[in-house]
Amino acid sequence: MPLKGTIVVNENLCKACELCVVACPQHVISLNKEIITPRGYHPAHLAEEGCTGCGTCALVCPEAAITVYREKRLIQGQEA
Amino acid sequence: MVAMDLSEMEVVYQHPHALVDMYTHFCPGCTHGVAHRLVAEVLDEMALSERTIGVASVGCSVFSYNYLNIDFVQAPHGRAPAMATGVKRVLPDHIVMTYQGDGDMISIGAGEIVAAAGRGENITVIFINNANYGMTGGQMAPTTLPGMKTSSSPNGRDVEQAGYPILACELLSTQQGASYIARRSLHDPKNIRMAKKAIRLAFETQVRGLGFSMVELLSTCPTNWHMTPVKAVKWLEEKMIPYYPLGDYKVHPTISELKV
Ligand SMILES: Cc1ncc(C[n+]2csc(CCOP(=O)(O)OP(=O)(O)O)c2C)c(N)n1
Ligand code: SF4
Ligand code: SF4
Repeated sequence: MPLKGTIVVNENLCKACELCVVACPQHVISLNKEIITPRGYHPAHLAEEGCTGCGTCALVCPEAAITVYREKRLIQGQEA
Repeated sequence: MVAMDLSEMEVVYQHPHALVDMYTHFCPGCTHGVAHRLVAEVLDEMALSERTIGVASVGCSVFSYNYLNIDFVQAPHGRAPAMATGVKRVLPDHIVMTYQGDGDMISIGAGEIVAAAGRGENITVIFINNANYGMTGGQMAPTTLPGMKTSSSPNGRDVEQAGYPILACELLSTQQGASYIARRSLHDPKNIRMAKKAIRLAFETQVRGLGFSMVELLSTCPTNWHMTPVKAVKWLEEKMIPYYPLGDYKVHPTISELKV
């Protein structure tokens, strides 16, 4: 089972360039057409289940707008 | 929107400390932003921000003085290596970097950069090659590809009249004083990782006092190329890399042994 991850996009920084959308290996990022930021962009968001927290989107983002999270890897025999 | 409980999770990536948390003037998808982020990540990892002084150039590149959380001075067009020389010689215990575009570094500033490399100045140069003059409206630069249309070469760069693009890495690596010269690209995740490593090695070169270091980063200018950001990174990969081969052009033996 791959670890589960998630991203949080800073909507003040995102400029809807879509570089993260095409870079995501799981194809789970899209632009959120429901929102228009004060500067007029539809910001990127995690649209579907399946993020593994790989960080590829953050690597290509020119605005450093993405924070990436991943569930903690539990070492066998150890309490959470 | 997919919601998850963040308190149960670990942070894998977050905004670097050395990058100011502010909205930038860069056009959407411009890889100047990626270059800034990589420099900031390296400064954080090497814990250098407190003793690094940047020298900003003229161009879209100039606002690096607002975006990077380090001390900065700004040089006249093309003169950043000269100013960096002065700063480094007066404050040798500081790390000094210039951040320059192609119009700045290899056109109006070509003399300064060659002389700084030849002298082996112990400075680090981050060189953004986006094949045009971005800030002023996408005019032809020395780095514009043969046949490439720009606002001042509307029929494409004619090499009979305007000559061939200047290859900065090939040129500077011939200088005795140069210790680390590499060309990388910012068009995809793998290459961005490699670019970051090169920036790290350039700063490692300076930290060790080994002489001049420069990383050329092939970069997009979606606005002046009249392309979407996604199309621009494809164009960079397909058109720019064949003319500007990626790789290490000069690496000091101490640096080639380094594991980072
Ligand atoms: C001495 C002088 N000449 C010309 C200019 C006008 N000028 C401002 S930015 C620029 C081009 C910068 O292009 P580049 O270095 O490629 O940076 P980019 O904008 O693409 O990041 C020019 C020619 C100037 N500011 N000073
Ligand atoms: S790469 Fe960054 S700026 Fe571009 S759409 Fe994604 S989050 Fe927004
Ligand atoms: S004009 Fe070009 S180089 Fe300048 S910010 Fe826009 S895309 Fe980037």
